[in-house]
Amino acid sequence: MQKIRLTIDDRQVEATPGQTILEVASRLGIKIPTLCHDPRLKPFGACRVCLVEVEKARTLQTACSAEIQEGMVVRTNTKKVMDSRRFILELILSDHPLDCMTCDKCGTCTLQDLAYEYGIKESRFFRQPQRGIVPDPNTMILRDDSKCILCGRCVRICDEVEQAEALDFINRGFDSVVGPAYGDTLLGTTCEFCGQCVSTCPVGALREKQAEGKGRAWELKKTQTVCAYCGVGCNLFLNVNTNTGKLVKVTSEVGTVPNNGNLCIKGRFGYDFVHHPDRLTEPLIRRGGRLEEASWEEAMSLVASRLLEIKEKYGSQSIACIGSARCTNEENYLMMKFARAVVGTNSMDMCART
Amino acid sequence: MTNSIGEIPSADVLFLLGANPTEAHPIIGLQMRAALRRGAKFIVVDPRKTWLAERAHYHLQVRPGTDCILLNAIMNVIISEGLEDKEFIRNRTEGFEALKEYCKDITPEKAERITGVPARDIKEAARLYAEADKGAIFYTLGITEHVCGTETVRTIANLAMLTGHIGKPSSGVNPLRGQNNVQGATDMGTTPDKFHGYQLVADRAVREKFEKAWGVKLPAIKGLMSPEMFDAANEGKLKALFIMGEDPVMSQPNQEHIISGLKNLEFVVAVDIFLNETAKYAQVILPAASAAEKDGTFTNSERRVQRVRKAVEPIGNSRADWQIICELATRMGYPMKYNHPSEIWDELASLAPNLFGGISYDRIEKVGIQWPCPTKDHPGTQYLHKDTFARGLGQFYAPPCRPPAEKTDSEFPLILSTGRTLFQYNAGTMSRRSAGCTQMESECFVEISPYDASMYGVQDGDVVRVISRRGEVLARAHVVDIKEGVIWMPMHYAEAAANRLTVSAYDNITMTPEYKVCAARVERVGEGRLVKVSTGDRKQETGTK
Ligand code: SF4
Ligand code: SF4
Repeated sequence: MQKIRLTIDDRQVEATPGQTILEVASRLGIKIPTLCHDPRLKPFGACRVCLVEVEKARTLQTACSAEIQEGMVVRTNTKKVMDSRRFILELILSDHPLDCMTCDKCGTCTLQDLAYEYGIKESRFFRQPQRGIVPDPNTMILRDDSKCILCGRCVRICDEVEQAEALDFINRGFDSVVGPAYGDTLLGTTCEFCGQCVSTCPVGALREKQAEGKGRAWELKKTQTVCAYCGVGCNLFLNVNTNTGKLVKVTSEVGTVPNNGNLCIKGRFGYDFVHHPDRLTEPLIRRGGRLEEASWEEAMSLVASRLLEIKEKYGSQSIACIGSARCTNEENYLMMKFARAVVGTNSMDMCART
Repeated sequence: MTNSIGEIPSADVLFLLGANPTEAHPIIGLQMRAALRRGAKFIVVDPRKTWLAERAHYHLQVRPGTDCILLNAIMNVIISEGLEDKEFIRNRTEGFEALKEYCKDITPEKAERITGVPARDIKEAARLYAEADKGAIFYTLGITEHVCGTETVRTIANLAMLTGHIGKPSSGVNPLRGQNNVQGATDMGTTPDKFHGYQLVADRAVREKFEKAWGVKLPAIKGLMSPEMFDAANEGKLKALFIMGEDPVMSQPNQEHIISGLKNLEFVVAVDIFLNETAKYAQVILPAASAAEKDGTFTNSERRVQRVRKAVEPIGNSRADWQIICELATRMGYPMKYNHPSEIWDELASLAPNLFGGISYDRIEKVGIQWPCPTKDHPGTQYLHKDTFARGLGQFYAPPCRPPAEKTDSEFPLILSTGRTLFQYNAGTMSRRSAGCTQMESECFVEISPYDASMYGVQDGDVVRVISRRGEVLARAHVVDIKEGVIWMPMHYAEAAANRLTVSAYDNITMTPEYKVCAARVERVGEGRLVKVSTGDRKQETGTK
């Protein structure tokens, strides 16, 4: 395909037609701030913090939506650019609560990062933040209207990606909020509780309810792994509080294969089972019809000796093993090796062929 | 899957058979929604009005168990209208004449009588799929969980070959795998007839290779598939069962038969993270670490081997299954010692080099690799059958379509089908212990058409008793757009285990149970609450007003 040549911050590049300034810049490692942008979504150009200067253009351009042109000369860090970004951030902060010290988003909040980067301590346009946490009985998603910056990412991801159309902009001007139509709770909508909206929210307006107060960003260790539910095999991140050792929440990141930062309710909100009190924590042996706790030593020696006895008495074919679609490849391989090499049977199967 | 998940949004025509991905495979469903927005056309074969069926160009609301006839009628139309891909048939396949002969009599009109799908829709859907540029077929258990599952799967392959919609990006035949690692467990040879990597036990050279690698004599005698294990247990031929991470009482059909089999065994060991329904019949229960507490790999539906990582320390005194097996083997006189699952992977990869030889933990740090991947510099395989099929030429095979094992009659006039919902998962052991999932869906329900509901005097929201020839359960009636004469239940509820109703009939080749068809009837119990009672207790009561 024909390439386009352009210059960004004095660096010459070639790029594919149709790309945006933001895409080309980020490939060069040039950082342009964004708030309303998510690679999963169509460009929106609403927050305007990604403004850049383009030679010969009359006004500053939004890098997230402006497509590159042949011979274009772009500057991302002139005084004019910096001043307008600062101005926009001040406007956004004008009705945003400055309570980072108690906010669960602190440390992963894009607005907080930008305020820090651009040195904005307070806004010249201060106005009391409106509303607050929305009463919504759902157990998964917390909505805090006072923190919403109206970037529309949640509304758009719910429509463009999830296609559940559960969220919308309601009211106008300073009264604008996002949420279910008619101020309903999420439970009363077509919401599928995929949490895509939570994953895209750049501020603390949408958060995981179960994680509230369970640890701050820097206390959480994120481990990338594969979802334990269905065969799609989404990649997700288990956030574990390093002080308590407890799994606090599941997050996702754009760019993972095959799910690109999207999950369903089970992957994102279905992990309570890990610390559930019903978990088996000790080996159990049935004695006189009752299950009693036992040590590993006792349980394993019983299993080994009973299996050997039965093998001795009735032969290898009297024992069968069942592996599991829930266990790892390595475990299933060992189970199959155990059945064939140790027990001496091919009676080795999985249970449901589902 | 022959294709990759990422290829879905570029398909032009998506042909779904017995698949409800927006609920059962939500992120694949998301890709399909993206295809829909792009303007792709959908043909959905399903008795239920699913999210995608509602938006499909053709929703073929088929009678359960008649998919095979429907597919043959579609091929009849394609052949009689000359829409087949003649070049593909000539170069890549054999046996076309036999197929042509077989389909000749299965006209859309004839199929209409059997499947309940209007002949006109069959014809139009056939043309749409045949003329697609990139046509992809997706199917799940709605196809395989039938006595004729294998035949239908082969018929699907016929259709794809007939139209040349295979071996290309976004064109192929894609079974969507249900559980997180069902693909991997199958790949790993947890089957009676194969070692991992689909190497046949019956092949002496294969056995010798493994005997050499493992240093023991290996059995050649045929093993039992899981349904046969429970038959053998009931007959007293099987004495002991070692079960890792499965719950046959919940997941196998005809629960009574499974339970009596378990009770008849001398020794049952269950390794699991919860005390599941099956563990209630075990002599020893070993606490396993959950997937969040161990390292390893899972293989997803698109054959991608991905890293599972330990994030949490094993809860209490639980241990990873691989450690448990190693210790047990060692105690039984066959030392197994691995310091880390990566060593197990390396061993298994070296013993199935064609599929896994090029995959190692360091290569799948960030993104998994799709097998086959034979060498270290092989990128993995995005889609299968590009230039050739496994056996060379693709074989058209015209299997006779067989009807479901169980027939409806005046006493049990409805067809009961079962499946999975968005908010819950399989036996519910994990999802029902999660507050969010349970908030969204906490009790068993049964979908019934407005016509059938009125016949039984059932209103939406009533508690009903669903009865089959084997048992009965209570569920909440949901009166919805589903094919008349068909009712549908999720399989997630131990206290209303759908498998107490299902029939002990199996696909005669794969032994997959026929979960999708059994004869049933519905009785209204009343309004009010469904009271949760543990399984085993047959007398569930409701708080009927
Ligand atoms: S959870 Fe998903 S469906 Fe619900 S509002 Fe958020 S994006 Fe929409
Ligand atoms: S997040 Fe949902 S779609 Fe993805 S693997 Fe888990 S259960 Fe499947």
